Amino acid sequence: MRLAALIARLTAIVGLAALVLRPQWFRGILEPLTEHGAPAIYNQGDLLQLTLAHLALVAAATAIGGITALVMGILVTRPAGAEFLPLSRSIVNIGQTFPPVAVLALAVPAVGFGVAPTLIALILYGLLPIFENTITGLREVPASTLEAARGMGMGGWRRLFWIELPLALPAILAGLRLSVVINLGTATIGSTVAAKGLGEVIIAGLQTSNTAFILQGGVIVALLAVLVYDALGWVERIAARRAGRAAA
Amino acid sequence: MIEIEGVTRRFGSITAVDDVSLTVDRGSITVLVGTSGSGKSTLLRMINRLIEPTSGRIRIDGRDTATVPGETLRRGIGYAIQGHGLFPHWTVARNIATVPLLQGWDAARIDRRVADLLALFDLDPAVFAGKFPHQLSGGQQQRVGVARALAAEPAVLLMDEPFGALDPIIRAKAQGDLATIQRRLSVTIVLVTHDMEEAIHLGDRIAVMDGGRLQQYATPAEILAHPAPGFVERLVGGSDRPFRLLALARAGDAAEPGSAPGDPVPADASLRDALAELLWRGTDAVAVAGPVPRRVTLPAILAHAGRR
Repeated sequence: MRLAALIARLTAIVGLAALVLRPQWFRGILEPLTEHGAPAIYNQGDLLQLTLAHLALVAAATAIGGITALVMGILVTRPAGAEFLPLSRSIVNIGQTFPPVAVLALAVPAVGFGVAPTLIALILYGLLPIFENTITGLREVPASTLEAARGMGMGGWRRLFWIELPLALPAILAGLRLSVVINLGTATIGSTVAAKGLGEVIIAGLQTSNTAFILQGGVIVALLAVLVYDALGWVERIAARRAGRAAA
Repeated sequence: MIEIEGVTRRFGSITAVDDVSLTVDRGSITVLVGTSGSGKSTLLRMINRLIEPTSGRIRIDGRDTATVPGETLRRGIGYAIQGHGLFPHWTVARNIATVPLLQGWDAARIDRRVADLLALFDLDPAVFAGKFPHQLSGGQQQRVGVARALAAEPAVLLMDEPFGALDPIIRAKAQGDLATIQRRLSVTIVLVTHDMEEAIHLGDRIAVMDGGRLQQYATPAEILAHPAPGFVERLVGGSDRPFRLLALARAGDAAEPGSAPGDPVPADASLRDALAELLWRGTDAVAVAGPVPRRVTLPAILAHAGRR
């Protein structure tokens, strides 16, 4: 089982690297998908640069959204912030249900084309999993553990940073993982408003009816998502072990 | 010394603790006994101000606890709870070091203290310091919990059902260990339990709580021999009361000069054990170990078993 997982992982890494760095290797597979002698390999930009731009966009959105969701989750689980839970939950839910395309349409007139509207859409879209998992993780810290911490003279900040956040970390990371994967896919729509990213490849394919481009862009994004999901899952298991729970 | 004076705590319309006054002597074990909802845990948690009294005053060694910031107060008082409450993401050593860290001890002093405490609780530091709580047995977790509570050398140790999660055999051992350690460190212990047997076994004095009120505050022998009418009487009035009384007295205290056949019982054996030995051997006197020949007789034992 472990060997199979390792082989699958290595295959995905090698496949991704080849698709990004040596796309011409796949000419033979992609050529039959093109018509009228259209190019089989994306030729309008450097795939590596697009991939890095895509990752940077998702990383920035996840960092900003993650910190926002984490802080909100911490605030609404404090006694003083409990009354803001319904309001925060509504905001975060709207962020998730409001289509990112619609966010782009509304954001472009306000902030112009490019990275800014895409970041806004991704941040809003990725809040929910981190927010909800932060709340769940903090609420699942055993009452006896918190009671002991208070009984030994830890103040609110110490309890939060010494006890609550470390114990909630696996759940928070699970939310982060979900958010990253959602946004890796969603970030492709940023290319409709001129944000650099792998969406360019897919959109170029759509505009010229070039299935080879669509497949190329789609597979790279999918492999990125699978590998990032896998890597974050590994980080999560380490965190869970360090939180004193036997890893599943 | 802990002086509790007219302490009351209300939660909304419910009075959890109702005008309780009692004094706990320095270096003694006082056990708060009662059913759930009797207010015993609330009373305990008011001593370190996890719960603030609605009215009344608590002084520790003469100082009003209300004049000390809550967190400072709690760092100076040991606290051990049922199910140990160990921090699952910290090693045993780090768990024990919690309060010394909060008090800003230097690393070398903390390391020394952790090693000393592990040794005191029969846990080899080389083996246990680096383990995580989930790698320990229930009894070991409980010992680490108490070691952690004692880490910063508190004068007072509060324990809320500390043995509640243990099975009976380990519990008896843990109770014995606690009594030994308490004598060695002469720390003042206030312990909450619903188990009268445990209270009689451990307590220098027992405070029986019911419905938020203090029903009786006396030594175990006094409570068994002269229970306050009503709740306390029902609590201790079972058929094993004479045996509980015998369990409190030592063979050496009831011994008289003289000889008896067979192996002697230790002088610090309880009269209950001496009686068991006597019944088992089918004799009416058993020798007591000591420098001079002594024995304890059936009439002497019976004299301790009833209301005096």
